[in-house]
Amino acid sequence: MRIALFIPCYINQFYPQVGIATLQLLEKLGQDVFYPHDQTCCGQPLANSGFEGDAVRTYDLFVRNFQDYDYIVAPSGSCVYHVRHHFDIIPQSAEVSHVREKTFELCDFLVNILKIDKIEARFPHKVGLHQSCHGLRGLRLGQSSELMGPGHASVVRQLLAGVEGLELVELTRADECCGFGGTFAVAEEAVSVKMGTDRLSDHLKNGAEVITATDMSCLMHLEGLVRRRNLPLQIKHVAEILNSKNKVSI
Amino acid sequence: MNGHPQAAAAFNRDEAHVDWHDTALWAVRQKRDTMAGTVRNWESLRSLGSQIKAHTLSNLGQYLEQFEKNALQNGVKVHWAADAREHNRIVCEILKQHKVGKLVKSKSMLTEECGLNPYLEAQGIEVTDTDLGERIVQLAKEHPSHIVMPAIHKKREEIDLLFQEHLGTRRSGGDALYLTREARKHLRQRFLQADAALTGVNFAIAETGGFVVCTNEGNADMGVHATPLHIACMGIEKIIPAQEHLGVFLRLLARSATGQPITTYSSHFRAPAPGQEIHIVIVDNGRSNQLGRPEFRNSLHCIRCGACINTCPVYRRSGGHSYGYTIPGPIGSILAPGKDLHRHASLPFASTLCGSCHDVCPVKIDIHKQLFRWRQVIVREEGADFFKTLAMKATAFVFARPGLFAFGGKVGRLLLKITPRFLVYSRLNSWGKQRELPAPPGQSFTEWYKRERG
Repeated sequence: MRIALFIPCYINQFYPQVGIATLQLLEKLGQDVFYPHDQTCCGQPLANSGFEGDAVRTYDLFVRNFQDYDYIVAPSGSCVYHVRHHFDIIPQSAEVSHVREKTFELCDFLVNILKIDKIEARFPHKVGLHQSCHGLRGLRLGQSSELMGPGHASVVRQLLAGVEGLELVELTRADECCGFGGTFAVAEEAVSVKMGTDRLSDHLKNGAEVITATDMSCLMHLEGLVRRRNLPLQIKHVAEILNSKNKVSI
Repeated sequence: MNGHPQAAAAFNRDEAHVDWHDTALWAVRQKRDTMAGTVRNWESLRSLGSQIKAHTLSNLGQYLEQFEKNALQNGVKVHWAADAREHNRIVCEILKQHKVGKLVKSKSMLTEECGLNPYLEAQGIEVTDTDLGERIVQLAKEHPSHIVMPAIHKKREEIDLLFQEHLGTRRSGGDALYLTREARKHLRQRFLQADAALTGVNFAIAETGGFVVCTNEGNADMGVHATPLHIACMGIEKIIPAQEHLGVFLRLLARSATGQPITTYSSHFRAPAPGQEIHIVIVDNGRSNQLGRPEFRNSLHCIRCGACINTCPVYRRSGGHSYGYTIPGPIGSILAPGKDLHRHASLPFASTLCGSCHDVCPVKIDIHKQLFRWRQVIVREEGADFFKTLAMKATAFVFARPGLFAFGGKVGRLLLKITPRFLVYSRLNSWGKQRELPAPPGQSFTEWYKRERG
């Protein structure tokens, strides 16, 4: 099985350690992982801003980069959601359909494709899980709080629960949006910041030392607020936690 | 441009007030969760509601005509209005024919949408909104900030002052029981003096020609039973095929709206009592245009419960008035552009596309997807401002060219590292006003990979 690693543009440029953790984690699990060098972005920043038409060439490039692999795995729910749901405006060739169907968020891939329920990792900290919206409600990585009745447990929660020493804190609002929202963070700066600080208060109030998520974009926004306000919170992508070794210092 | 971001930023200048507003609405969302959780197969009920609405919209003409036929047989007079102007004219004519000087109204977002109150007042008719929340905003000369709780933006203390001014109440420091009792006395007088009553319509049943009005205060019934003339105004999408479907929607509506099992009053009207008249005004006002837009037509499923508004993290932190449209929040943001794209162009962007609105919606309107689609329409038809367009075109150019992407990233990270802080965090940097930018690493992932793995 040939797996291609898709590293979202902003992770590539600003958070290489998240890409490295994802790669190492998959390799530790015995997977053949390839990294197509010519990848850039899924095009979501353009499309979410209303410039979908200008994103077509980026979509085409994405498909060319990833069409020859069995699976495409990314440490992001949002970018995966975009590939799966918004690549519908280009002609649906066999390659495009293949790429749309076989692109997976990391935790989803580990649990539902590799059928792994527990990762050998140790992370002795109180962790607050921020449930990134596109992963939660878009990819259904877990059941959102709006839906009723028995639903499947979050794959992210499931993996984190298996990490040695890790204590998941319960939040007052389990899955409220952090307010990142791409260009929303800039265009609606006031509301975006308020949403972010409210999320941080929830994590702090409930004793989190570390905030994690499937999406570094939410975390980039939250980290920006944490650093400006000097809050006692660490930010770690879920791949970094799942890839953590026995001795971890953060 | 004067749009949602400016109004929302103004709302956020008083953080304590934002917290109060957010908490009040989140409590309603929680009540909804509790009450929806008591219904076995809630999700199936949502699907059923959605399917009935989809079926009805696909056969709308047929059901509207069936409704009209049955209503006429019941002795109800039926009027058709293509737009707001025609609606207002029809209502005014009926009132003039009956020499109505004083009208009591129960809640109707449609008449709000049509601007009926100022129209009638200009014709010398005294209009009293009898829903307590609507009466409060009417006295304050404001518009509702929420479709179910019109005065949710107002604190008790503000209402206290308002009542002192308009109803001559004593200073009570916001004593809710006292204020409610005074409002009751005031409204009872208005009911007794009224010549006619106007209500909205929650559900109109094609099979019977009857219709249902849901209130918690009984104000629709008070008005209707105290006066000889009842005018009911409804949008064309309020129709449901048969009586048996009512149970589905009544179960969904109040639970989604306020977390009640059912509204206190679900009043069924079918035929006028002896000596009374019932008129129904069926209004299009842009709805059939929306029906003709395949990507947006299911926005007409809406039963106006407000659940998407209560759950919306942006609405809770920006207030209903920031939307500048009769229907605020997520549902308003997909309806408003269909009415006036230019005027409401900022609304589809007033969302993080978190999708909570879709999951909470009792009739499964895919609001987040429609927000995304409206964004495309807006940029295509209205354009975006110069800098945004330039930034997007440049980004698109870079994303399609891997070499340029790698080079641009390297230069960008370097610039971020060496540029003095005051320049990076200049006034132009909206991100950096209250947030740090990520600390630029020495190498990108691609650079690391090439170095380590070749």
